Amino acid sequence: MRGSGGLERWPRVIRTGSLFAVKLGAPLLMLSILLTPLAAVASNEAPAATEVLTSAAAEAVSWWVWPLVLLVVTFLMGIVAVLGGVGGGVLFVPIISGFFPFHLDFVRGCGLLVALSGALAAGPGLLKANLASLRLAIPSALIASSCAIIGAMVGLALPTHIIQTALGATILGIVVLMLMARKSAMPEVRRADNLSSALRICGVYTEESTGEQINWKVHRTPIGLVLFIAVGVMAGMFGLGAGWANVPVLNLLMGAPLKISVATSKFLLSITDTSAAWIYLNQGCVIPMMVVPSLVGIMLGSFIGVRILRVAKPAFVRWIVIVLLLFAGAKALTKGLGLPFIV
Amino acid sequence: MSFEALTQEGQTEQLLYAKVLQIGMYAGLVILFITFGLYVSGIMAPAVPLDQVSNYWHLGVHEYLETVNQNHWHLDHPPTGWAWLTMLGRSDFLNFIGIAILGGVTIICYLAIIPTLVRKKDNAYLAMALLEVLVLTLAASGILAVGH
Repeated sequence: MRGSGGLERWPRVIRTGSLFAVKLGAPLLMLSILLTPLAAVASNEAPAATEVLTSAAAEAVSWWVWPLVLLVVTFLMGIVAVLGGVGGGVLFVPIISGFFPFHLDFVRGCGLLVALSGALAAGPGLLKANLASLRLAIPSALIASSCAIIGAMVGLALPTHIIQTALGATILGIVVLMLMARKSAMPEVRRADNLSSALRICGVYTEESTGEQINWKVHRTPIGLVLFIAVGVMAGMFGLGAGWANVPVLNLLMGAPLKISVATSKFLLSITDTSAAWIYLNQGCVIPMMVVPSLVGIMLGSFIGVRILRVAKPAFVRWIVIVLLLFAGAKALTKGLGLPFIV
Repeated sequence: MSFEALTQEGQTEQLLYAKVLQIGMYAGLVILFITFGLYVSGIMAPAVPLDQVSNYWHLGVHEYLETVNQNHWHLDHPPTGWAWLTMLGRSDFLNFIGIAILGGVTIICYLAIIPTLVRKKDNAYLAMALLEVLVLTLAASGILAVGH
């Protein structure tokens, strides 16, 4: 079995400062890329943070260094994810598996828990604000969560290099989706389909910018539900979360307003990722030393990201996210195929 | 039924779900942070010493479990599934309480809205909620084992 991206080439116990610094090189490179959008907002802070980590890598070789680096990187990831309008999970798995010394099994388990925690934290507010729709989520979640179990089991059964290759291809596919997909704030739904009418999937919410009460309904529900099979399988297999897929299905295909789609997608992750996370947890793919710093980092980063969003340029950050995903996807693909990469 | 009446209909269970989710989410996160504090502070001893965890996380999960079991746990079989419950005296395994609460809160949320769905005779959603509970319980049970 191949290790996580050729990690078998690395020494099992890294104890010398020089080797540790070499090993930290790739994460630090990712860190510097993640810092780029922040530099647009606060250009003086990024070099300082990088310097601190570089010196930490060179001097200290203690058990707490990796969790600390993970905390800092996921904190920045949380900021970039909010500014770029993507979930943390989709950044977490390819970047951490590509540039950190953790095996893909643990990264996927951790990624699911990170995405799950974010969804659980956001869920109550979104449901209370009537932005996430329980009636829209329940049928989709039943299909996606069942298929996420299958995805997780398949993902854990397949050799790592195959999953790594497929992950790389999926990430690159997400990049294409981000470049091509046009979101629609208020899709036109002339008539609700029979299934959504029977299930009474509809709602009303207040658009804050205009104060207008928006009534919404959906169409093409059967096709949408079929697509959630693929969404669930991929979420479970790669531990990515699935916001990147949920939103296009709910918004572009089924015609739910963008705000409802984004909010329901976020809430939906709390159900889809629960089933997959249990499979990974029961298999032993959860290391608390990885999970808790990542979870805290992403949550704090998301919190700060929401504040920065007021002054940042979303279009610019969106391009940073696309470049990051392109880079991480290419890294995952080349790792899986055993090809050389620039880092 | 009018559009407003239709949308109001789903509000009761949605708000109930949100309320239960909020309580479970906070409980899980608070417990997770407390137990992680106990773990990294050294107040309680972990099963794998803190300075040795990084020696193993590059291994695939099966190799990881075998190696760590051989070097530290010394059990007949590595602790998969719910076996972590038997090792709660160790601070690293204590973290799984919070993780399990985060993983279990959705099941509790679904169970909480079932009486409302029964009362409303919303049979389609009742069936889906029951099925979801079954699916998530099956996933959590540890029955579904996989191997490389």
